[in-house]
Amino acid sequence: MDLQIALLLGQDGIVNGAIYALLALALVLVFAVTRVIFIPQGEFVAYGALTLAAFQAGKTPGTLWLLLGAGVLVAFIDTVVAVRAGSPGRLKRIVLWDLALPAVVAGLVFWLEPDKLPLVVQVALSLAIVVPLGPMIYRLAYQPLAEASVLVLLIVSVAVHLALVGLGLLFFGAEGSRTTPFSEAQFNIGTLTVNGQTLWVLGASIVLIVALYVFFGRTLYGKALRATAINRVGARLMGISTTMAGKLSFTLAAGIGALSGILIAPITTVYYDTGFLIGLKGFVAAIIAGLVSYPLAAAGAILVGLLESFSSFWASAFKEVIVFTLIIPVLVWRSLTSHHVEEEE
Amino acid sequence: MRMKSLVAALLSAGAVTFAYADITVGVLVSATGPAASLGIPEKNTFALMPTTIAGEKVKYIVLDDASDTTTAVKNTRKLLTEDKVDVIIGSTITPNSLAMVDIAAEAETPMISMAASARIVDPVDAKRRWVFKTPQNDVQMSTAITEHMSNNGVKTVAFIGFSDAYGEGWWQEFSKIAEVRKMKVVANERFNRADTSVTGQILKIMSTNPDAILIAGSGTPAALPQKTLKEKGYKGKIYQTHGVANNDFLRVCGKDCEGTLLPAGPVLVAAQLPDTNPVKKSALEYIAKYEKAHGPGSVSTFGAHAWDAGLLLANAVPAALKKGKPGSKEFRAGLRDALEATKNLYAAHGVYSMTTTDHLGLDQRSRVMVKIEGGKWVALK
Repeated sequence: MDLQIALLLGQDGIVNGAIYALLALALVLVFAVTRVIFIPQGEFVAYGALTLAAFQAGKTPGTLWLLLGAGVLVAFIDTVVAVRAGSPGRLKRIVLWDLALPAVVAGLVFWLEPDKLPLVVQVALSLAIVVPLGPMIYRLAYQPLAEASVLVLLIVSVAVHLALVGLGLLFFGAEGSRTTPFSEAQFNIGTLTVNGQTLWVLGASIVLIVALYVFFGRTLYGKALRATAINRVGARLMGISTTMAGKLSFTLAAGIGALSGILIAPITTVYYDTGFLIGLKGFVAAIIAGLVSYPLAAAGAILVGLLESFSSFWASAFKEVIVFTLIIPVLVWRSLTSHHVEEEE
Repeated sequence: MRMKSLVAALLSAGAVTFAYADITVGVLVSATGPAASLGIPEKNTFALMPTTIAGEKVKYIVLDDASDTTTAVKNTRKLLTEDKVDVIIGSTITPNSLAMVDIAAEAETPMISMAASARIVDPVDAKRRWVFKTPQNDVQMSTAITEHMSNNGVKTVAFIGFSDAYGEGWWQEFSKIAEVRKMKVVANERFNRADTSVTGQILKIMSTNPDAILIAGSGTPAALPQKTLKEKGYKGKIYQTHGVANNDFLRVCGKDCEGTLLPAGPVLVAAQLPDTNPVKKSALEYIAKYEKAHGPGSVSTFGAHAWDAGLLLANAVPAALKKGKPGSKEFRAGLRDALEATKNLYAAHGVYSMTTTDHLGLDQRSRVMVKIEGGKWVALK
């Protein structure tokens, strides 16, 4: 191995690590706010990438039907709840978010012929389809069980994951897709060649991480999420709706996932089930951070990316083994150093 | 009480339909899970199969095994005990098919596998007496590759394959034959179907500077190493296996796959075969049927394995009917004997001639070398 190979591997590892970092942040966020270990996080990666790929292939993505269907279902349940509670004032909100928004997105998709539009509009439309699925999934699967134990929420997560993977196979088929790169540019730094898309991934990751930092530090909604994460009951007593916090964190998670998918789709082939493995590696990073610390999760993700890249050079057959074995010493170290508090009972 | 009589009525209704549905074919495909890109065209193919053979009605019961061995075993038992099938066609992949061999033999029911490994039918012993298969063995395909390599002056070759049974099987076969052909295998790497990057493996392979590289993967995931090779400026020959022979691979790989060489069943390039080739007519017939139902360009070689299984069955049923009625032990035994007696059956993937020691029955006519040119499959002479 010479310096050139080490540099190339390092570059590859950092790019992958940046994506894992985004997913790790989303996982930490969702867990901190709702105590849900969000296994379906990876599915948003695949949905985002494949929705964009479907637009570029001139097809109507199946996720659009999922959005419309989920919207109708959520609207129906919420209407029943609102009528029973005798507060018809909520109906306007329900119609706006669960029926009108998906309908407008669907209208745009049919009216605009997305395959002829610039990439920016295609990306925006893909996000508009995939991101609202986040809060809808929270409403349908998690909100009725919001007070349940972590284990029950984990089981629900597995179920949601399996359902979304199955729907992905139905919508996009078993074969993968790629999208056109954001930029075809190439830069030479010494002996190293850097692709434009690589810079896009790194740049977008850094911007997102900074944006999350500002969101949590400076905005009222961000502070509300943090308050819920630290103490649910206390936050409720202060008038923060935990349902709102849950929906907001799922929206952010869906947004981060879909955007990650859109970023990696030009560099690698994305399949309906690609997201799971990417999400799992993000999860390893999140575990390194103990599911609480954002900076540690990002650092852990870069570590996972680099480890993966270098082990694929030295021992490609054992790459996954090496990456996932990393979790064992981390868990041992964590259980030795931190005092564990039983949550239930 | 009413419930009870309803159940009884339903049961007797079920029994009645059962008696009328004559030949029952149990089909097991991997229509979901990792092998879905193979299993889905196979599943689609069963919808195109004849509903009567030799004047008898045929009922196909298609189950999915989710590319999972345990599910395959469970569903095979279900087909045998609940549906009392006369023959089992399946499964799509080797591990599942191997697990089903014991069950089919125990129930004395013939089974036709659509998976690649030679171990499914070789050697033909007391259990494998009941088992047949339609796809070419990996060894047939890898001899085609090594032959082409040594004819074109390849001295050193690198291997990168899936880190699963598919890649491992190819490595076993390929490394053996390459040695016989006096080629030096300079690198042996693995990657995962779901990997987002193979940069490490490709850099290692390129540091050994091989004349040719064989990528042993199936479907669109096999495009990733090829794209990385081109990106890093590899100039040598690139070989793929027949696992990539579907149009989605061309779509995903695009211009990076120009000049790629691979062995494949003749159905892939049926229209380009000379009219004298006996396989051409039956292959074109299958393509026409499939594309009529699923649109132009939708056909894949995997579905053709299922079609061939159907042809074997249709060819064997008349002889078996003389031995006994469908649903009886005699019929199943007769079906097994008739399948083993298949001679010169022209199918989509080649010409089948079975013997008591060969339950595949394909010869050299079952493979052609193909090159990707201008985004199309082109048969090499």
